[in-house]
Amino acid sequence: MTNAVLTEERMAVVKKKEKVYVTTLRRLLKNKLAVAGLIIILLQIGMAIFAPLIATQDPIKQNLAASELPMFSDGHWLGTDNYGRDVWTRIVYGARISLLVGITAVSLGLIGGVTLGLLGGYYKKLDGVIMRVVDLLFSFPGILLAMLIIAILGTNLVNVAIAISIWSIPTCARIVRGSVLSIKQKEYIMAMKSLGASDFRIMMRHILPNAFAPIIVFATMRMATAILSTASLSYLGLGAQPPTPEWGAMISQGQDYMWTSPHLTIVPGIAIMLTVFAFNVVGDGLRDALDPNMNI
Amino acid sequence: MVTLSPKSNQKILLELKGVKKYFPIKGGILKRVQGHVKAVEDVSLHLFEGESLGVVGESGCGKSTLGRAILGLEELTEGKIHFRDEEIQDLKRKEKLKFVKEMQMIFQDPYASLNPRQRIGHALEEVFTMHTNMSAKEKRASVVDLLHEVGLKEEHFDRYPHEFSGGQRQRIGIARAIALNPSFVICDEAVSALDVSVQAQVLKLLKTLQEKYQLSYLFISHDLGVVRYFCDRVLVMYLGNTVELGTVKGLFANPLHPYTQALLSAIPRPSVHTNTKRIRLQGDLPNPANPPSGCPFHTRCPIAQEVCKVDKPAWQEVEPAHFAACHFAGTKI
Repeated sequence: MTNAVLTEERMAVVKKKEKVYVTTLRRLLKNKLAVAGLIIILLQIGMAIFAPLIATQDPIKQNLAASELPMFSDGHWLGTDNYGRDVWTRIVYGARISLLVGITAVSLGLIGGVTLGLLGGYYKKLDGVIMRVVDLLFSFPGILLAMLIIAILGTNLVNVAIAISIWSIPTCARIVRGSVLSIKQKEYIMAMKSLGASDFRIMMRHILPNAFAPIIVFATMRMATAILSTASLSYLGLGAQPPTPEWGAMISQGQDYMWTSPHLTIVPGIAIMLTVFAFNVVGDGLRDALDPNMNI
Repeated sequence: MVTLSPKSNQKILLELKGVKKYFPIKGGILKRVQGHVKAVEDVSLHLFEGESLGVVGESGCGKSTLGRAILGLEELTEGKIHFRDEEIQDLKRKEKLKFVKEMQMIFQDPYASLNPRQRIGHALEEVFTMHTNMSAKEKRASVVDLLHEVGLKEEHFDRYPHEFSGGQRQRIGIARAIALNPSFVICDEAVSALDVSVQAQVLKLLKTLQEKYQLSYLFISHDLGVVRYFCDRVLVMYLGNTVELGTVKGLFANPLHPYTQALLSAIPRPSVHTNTKRIRLQGDLPNPANPPSGCPFHTRCPIAQEVCKVDKPAWQEVEPAHFAACHFAGTKI
């Protein structure tokens, strides 16, 4: 009997435990645009993971006999490029690269930005120095900064990820610092201090969890920017090198054949556009869903 | 200065000597210090083991700052704090940890003083994590004991602060404050945010805990009724200065300072027959950044004389165990 009551209570507790995430998700799902974005992102993740199953051809192997086939050709529904490689296969494998570079860049950027933001917001003495460094980084136009970093480090996708992550740091640091400044004034931080908590504990266990909402929105939006920047840098020849099936690089190679085979630029262009759009609308939706004052 | 306690032969637990806390006002292009807000001005007092000392005064008089200064949450501008005969005002965090166990605080807003993203069970466990080497099981058991102690149940362990009522939240705040078995607890307006019926319950709980664990309270409040019920002695503050200190009985029966008399006259009385005269103070609270010369209260005092504008009255024992800072202490308005 007692056991039964206990389990019932436990169930109630478990239900409440999920509540915060469930509420956010429910609010997010009410936003139709965000749902569309979410579906695109999930499809893309599926594409990236199961790439060899979805696209059965080799993304790199050339077949000059079947070059520049138009769309809806037999066996190549998105056509082939000037070397006879299947465009669909290259798009599918390109999703892998975009996501991987995007996730790496955003994660690295978050680590740097959150650390700087936390330190700057929490320690008044560090704030001046950190924020001036951030201002300095801000003063470079994004692509220029990335090009500079790649010029120093060398041209490959890992360096592209590093360059984009460095470029994400200042924005992230600003956002986190702002949240930290407001959370720092809360009474529960004062309460933790009166209990003798160390600064590290206060920052990691009490400030960071409460600053999570803006960080998650930033990360989603930044994914879009990171993917776009990877494509831009690859287009400029600073990122993925041929024959890597990267979307930006594909546009760059396809532009010479724009009049004869427009699908070589249009298809990867649409892929980039859809991805960026998806991450942006999901980020927008998340921001609204996480804001308790917003009535959706 | 010797302060006699209402219950004699008690040991002094906490002693404040000339405690001052000024907040700098910065301004101008170069952010230079242009003046100070004198939040706490030269406070000296004793607190005995097992007693409740009420601190009253209007908002902005430095009550809360005094509490925070004692805990070391604000750095002192001047003065010394002794706890069990050890100076504690200049200790580093590591050295201070052993005093942290002894001195705790209950905050005014129980909701704001709990991390909204932390289950209250974990919030309480964290106290043990920081100060003891308990195993996870021991911690959980201690937290459950604590919850029972303050009138909550084990099932509350996994809940978030927003799932509690105001009174329950304050009980959690109390549980957190007594977790480490302190000897001194500062209640910073601990019941002001609660409605009256809940106030009574929480005050009762505080009293029970005091008897059980020999706690001393510094009870900061603006509610004279609550202080009268709860405390042994009362300290009245005005503009950062101590104006009167006495036993509850002595001070309420015979207020010496005109400010105390004005405060007491403002307590509502549930009777149509007692026709007590309400003393209305004129004017506003002076700016603490630019306090009046002489007696800080002279601008609003109904019995102020010329001398009050020039000389700051000394803190003197007017009656046994009853102190006041007024040139005309004892004069009835």
